[in-house]
Amino acid sequence: MANEFVQELCERVAAAAAGKRSLRIRGGGSKDFYGGASAGDILDMGGYSGIVAYEPRELVLTVRAGTPLEEVERALAAERQMLPFEPPHFAADGASRATIGGTVATGLSGPRRPYAGSVRDFVLGTRVVNGKAEDLSFGGRVIKNVAGYDVSRLMTGALGTLGVITEISFKVLPQPRAEATLAFEMDGDAAIQQANRWAGQPLPLSATAWQEGVLRVRLSGAETAIDAARKRLGGEELDGRDYWRDLREHRLPFFAVGKPLWRLSVPQTAATFELPSVQLIEWGGGLRWVSTDLDADAIRSTVEKVGGHATLFRGGDKAAGVFHPLQPAILKIHRRLKLAFDPAGVLNPGRMYDF
Amino acid sequence: MSDVAAPDARSEVLARLRSIRPALQVIADDEGLKPFETDAFIAHREAPMLAVLPHTEEQVRGVVIACRGLGVPVVSRGAGTGISGGAIPLRDGVLLVLSRMRQVLCVDALARLAIVEPGVRNLAVSDAAQPFGLFYAPDPSSQSICSIGGNVAENSGGVHCLKYGLTTHNLLEVRAVDADGDVIVAGGAALDAPGYDLLALLTGSEGNLGVITRVTVRLLALPERTETLLAAFASVRQAAEAVGEIIGAGIVPAALEMMDRIVIEACERFMGMGLPTDAEALLLAEVDGGTEEAGAELEAVREILARCGASEVRVAASEAERERLWRTRKGAFTALATILPDYYTIDGTIPRRCLPGVLEEIRRLAAEYGLTVGNVFHAGDGNIHPCIFYDSSKPGDLERAEEFGGRILEHCVAVGGTITGEHGVGIEKLRQMCVQFRAPEIAAFHAVKAAFDPGGILNPGKAVPSLKRCAEWGGMHVHGGRLPRPEIPRF
Repeated sequence: MANEFVQELCERVAAAAAGKRSLRIRGGGSKDFYGGASAGDILDMGGYSGIVAYEPRELVLTVRAGTPLEEVERALAAERQMLPFEPPHFAADGASRATIGGTVATGLSGPRRPYAGSVRDFVLGTRVVNGKAEDLSFGGRVIKNVAGYDVSRLMTGALGTLGVITEISFKVLPQPRAEATLAFEMDGDAAIQQANRWAGQPLPLSATAWQEGVLRVRLSGAETAIDAARKRLGGEELDGRDYWRDLREHRLPFFAVGKPLWRLSVPQTAATFELPSVQLIEWGGGLRWVSTDLDADAIRSTVEKVGGHATLFRGGDKAAGVFHPLQPAILKIHRRLKLAFDPAGVLNPGRMYDF
Repeated sequence: MSDVAAPDARSEVLARLRSIRPALQVIADDEGLKPFETDAFIAHREAPMLAVLPHTEEQVRGVVIACRGLGVPVVSRGAGTGISGGAIPLRDGVLLVLSRMRQVLCVDALARLAIVEPGVRNLAVSDAAQPFGLFYAPDPSSQSICSIGGNVAENSGGVHCLKYGLTTHNLLEVRAVDADGDVIVAGGAALDAPGYDLLALLTGSEGNLGVITRVTVRLLALPERTETLLAAFASVRQAAEAVGEIIGAGIVPAALEMMDRIVIEACERFMGMGLPTDAEALLLAEVDGGTEEAGAELEAVREILARCGASEVRVAASEAERERLWRTRKGAFTALATILPDYYTIDGTIPRRCLPGVLEEIRRLAAEYGLTVGNVFHAGDGNIHPCIFYDSSKPGDLERAEEFGGRILEHCVAVGGTITGEHGVGIEKLRQMCVQFRAPEIAAFHAVKAAFDPGGILNPGKAVPSLKRCAEWGGMHVHGGRLPRPEIPRF
């Protein structure tokens, strides 16, 4: 049953579609910087907040899109559980404004991603209002479900361009009992090789990051497992808690250079890039951050050679497109999907591509 | 589409398929088409107009372009082990059999991935990865014969989903030919791809959005240690409580399987495992990982099982004993075949806390229909597989079994679950789709299909019912089907 908020939301979308007035969907605004320039009347989801259902023993959480990410994390932590994809909050001035809806719409995952899975891996179901003002439910609140196309995961990372997410169900996981951080001095290419070799062994890895000649490795799991891994891997033990948090939140000094920040998503084993700027390598080599004034074409052609893609993550000139250009056959399907879910083109137009 | 293709239409399709270069095998004779009449959902059979067996993606493109041009539907088929009828041919359509595309193209140990053609068997991927200390996690019970292309099309599960996920969680890239004949690459060698998550859409799309021609799967490190426990309980409720306690304690076992008394008794008769015959429920739990992690979890699980009132807990002391314990679970369906000649397996998922209530409802319905039902299920993730026994030689028995199955699925939806956890919709559960989804949602599914297949030539009529048929069916119940080859375990 649609409640009052969702009903009003449907009416707003219907009016926008009828008048061809764009809507700019917004949770807490913590990721306003991300994606193409957004335009249109603000559709504020912040008011639609609250945990709908949480059954720790089912490992399933259902929550309204406007719920603060902090609140979700607090409720899970009280049961010693977590969102395994470790999403960033990107608090601007120390206060987190991130909502769970924005977390799913942007599809951004943190340091644990290569070892635990991404946002979409843990989305079980979504309720959305599409551009035709229809209130739709996809997926469900159970862990295994193959009925219908996987539209819930399609909505994840679609930046609101296919529908306004109103409710999400997640699979959640127990928090690890213990964590430890080890540091190793080595160059970038050695770090990439090492992180990939370790990932192929039954080790409790939960994050890796390399910068300035140091590979940091986080271990998560039972105390005994971490002890054993510690002995096996060696290295220098650090208190890494602040480091991993600051990496996730982009608060490390690396991110404060002031130049445009590029996110390079590449095969984990790809060698380091010959770029005239420092790089931070996380996700076992799968994610490279670069702050640089280099032009978009130069960066994109570099990562394309190894089968990766580049996103202008923060700052810079968005005119050349924030996200990597799509292959023609893929672009064709994108346009058709957009037309199917939002025929009037009023939901976050331009936030992702030029549609 | 006409009901039966006119002979001249058929010869035109045949000519077009035979003109594809490089040439591919085209089967046009009745004898040759016979083996392709059904998949593993044998209640329904249909001979295709023609069948083709391509070796290359280029040939697949040729077939799709030819069929699109002539408005002829294309049904893709892997190993034909699906049990919801997704690969059953259309009589005026071409059956695209992908079993000849069966090369393991690459195993990259460092990157922990394998690139395979769609006809590669599921188990062959793990076999190829094993020398590198790696494996491919999704393990549907038909894994020795089912193909990766079919696994992607169905988003197959298995007994280890709670910890390792479904097929969709274990893929990096899927190449497919869409209905325009364009090659689409969804996902990629990186951990994410720009744009919409087309990889998620293709996975589980049951041959409706594209013909899968190449799959890159993620490989995982083989666990260092695996421990398997079997526990007997005096009630299903107690066993279900133990499952909740294990997960509540922060443990995510690799597998957590339950069997009820009907199944226990059948197993005992068939295999003589020395199981406690007064047990109402058996729980099979497996923990794995690094030596220390698995050891710590084993002790924790053992303690919880005892605390929850297990009358007996066995821990496999050797690999041979581990296999013996699994045989109760994997052999359950074979054992069940000793009860009555035929059975029909249901595939719903429910919130786990509803398990005792749902089982009671199933028992109540069994009494109403005068049929026996045994329950084997993935207790960890709430995916239930009730097996309804019937005798196809008795008039009306099959129809009652099918109606009973439909009622179970509708009950799964009523308690907040779903009509299919891992077997797919196919043609079997089209009616229940109308129970689970509302008209605008069904319409959205059709819109998704149209984005990949505007002419509706890829496996039309499967996976998503037409709105018209939903309206016609109204509150009617499912028309299901029987399982062939009951000796193959399916769960």
